[in-house]
Amino acid sequence: MSKTINIDGQNIPFSEGQTIIEAATAAGVYIPHLCHKPGYTPHGSCKLCTVNVNGRNCSACTFPAAEGQTVINNSEELRHDRMRITQMLFVEGNHLCPSCEKSGNCQLQGVAYHLNMLDNHFPHFYPLREVDASHPDILIDHNRCIFCTLCVRASREKDGKSVFDISGRGIHKHLIINSPSGKLKDTNIDVNDCAAHVCPTGAILIKRTGYQVPIGQRIYDHHQISEVALNEEGGAGSLPAAALPPSLEVAGQGSLPAAALTPSLEGAGHGK
Amino acid sequence: MANKIRVATTSLAGCFGCHMSFLDLDERLLALAEVAEFDRSPITDIEHCGPCDIGLIEGGVCNSENVHVLREFRKNCKILVAVGACAINGGLPALRNPISLEDCLLEAYRDGIGVENAQIPSDPELPLLLDKVHPIHEVVKIDYFLPGCPPSADVFWAFLTALLEGRDPTLPYELVHYD
Repeated sequence: MSKTINIDGQNIPFSEGQTIIEAATAAGVYIPHLCHKPGYTPHGSCKLCTVNVNGRNCSACTFPAAEGQTVINNSEELRHDRMRITQMLFVEGNHLCPSCEKSGNCQLQGVAYHLNMLDNHFPHFYPLREVDASHPDILIDHNRCIFCTLCVRASREKDGKSVFDISGRGIHKHLIINSPSGKLKDTNIDVNDCAAHVCPTGAILIKRTGYQVPIGQRIYDHHQISEVALNEEGGAGSLPAAALPPSLEVAGQGSLPAAALTPSLEGAGHGK
Repeated sequence: MANKIRVATTSLAGCFGCHMSFLDLDERLLALAEVAEFDRSPITDIEHCGPCDIGLIEGGVCNSENVHVLREFRKNCKILVAVGACAINGGLPALRNPISLEDCLLEAYRDGIGVENAQIPSDPELPLLLDKVHPIHEVVKIDYFLPGCPPSADVFWAFLTALLEGRDPTLPYELVHYD
């Protein structure tokens, strides 16, 4: 008899070693997340996947599933907590969606839409952040970085390189690039690397691919991130593949030429 | 009809795009006019806001006049609504925030391409610029937010009809956009 945890009244099977979010995803239960990605070492930094386990809040992406757990995931209180967390992510960077190429395909935005976030609530920091356009194929816009470390982990774990890292603490935290000049052009990153495609926001963009899909016809314009995430991450999502935009369907074909990749693909073809 | 709902609107540091989107209500404007009338608005040319039920604010605050107008609206409107990306997070005008005000003025009025008779505008009639563009919730209490650049006419319609019918004006997923 398989072991189960209970999420919002539903018994969900898990195998030893699985985290709560892994068990939930496999069972078709969406838990909001940004820094979590299947196949990557959990990082537990964005806190969007906060769930209540037997009365205590914890990160579903790092917390191991265990017999006897009663998990609250889908409550108004947690939606509100997650919305506040997302609002903090928005005000701590410079997330001006109308002028961002990732708009509509952005997971940060997708999560905010999912949480019905209508404002940013907090005073804005408007921090001073740089743009690194030095690389011929890849653009870094630090204004949009949320320090999820997915690019750091992708570069190390998937690409066998070490192009990115996070430096500094608190409000001084920032993404650094591993080259003598600190510029992306002086690293060995390649446009086909997972690290170039894994960014959940518009902080890492592939040049000359912008606006191939018009604003208004993008993933989260018509599909909740809950459906998209379950579909992409191997759960029993309710969305038939045919209902997804074409950019999603090619996920998993690892040999696509870079020019065919849209930012919406993320590292889907690479990371699994 | 007596006791119509009074609505005031203004554009602060905005482009009037939200107002244009409001006009996209098209024939629904006639239905709205049955139950609502405009106070201060670019549509009426009334200069100062009187007591109102609903105030719709487009744009963030970028100068001293914006702050005065916003406070006038807050003082007079029972319900104050932030309309569009700029009112909510500063939007496109906030792209100047990483640049010092001095550099902005020099680039626009002295050093920029095609500038003739270079001079920084200094007429005392002109409102002073703020050092940064701010969303309006940082200045006054805001009751509701309509995101979008601009919010579609359907957003205005869903919001106003809900409010007028006494329902909680929530926006369904399809109507929530930041772009």
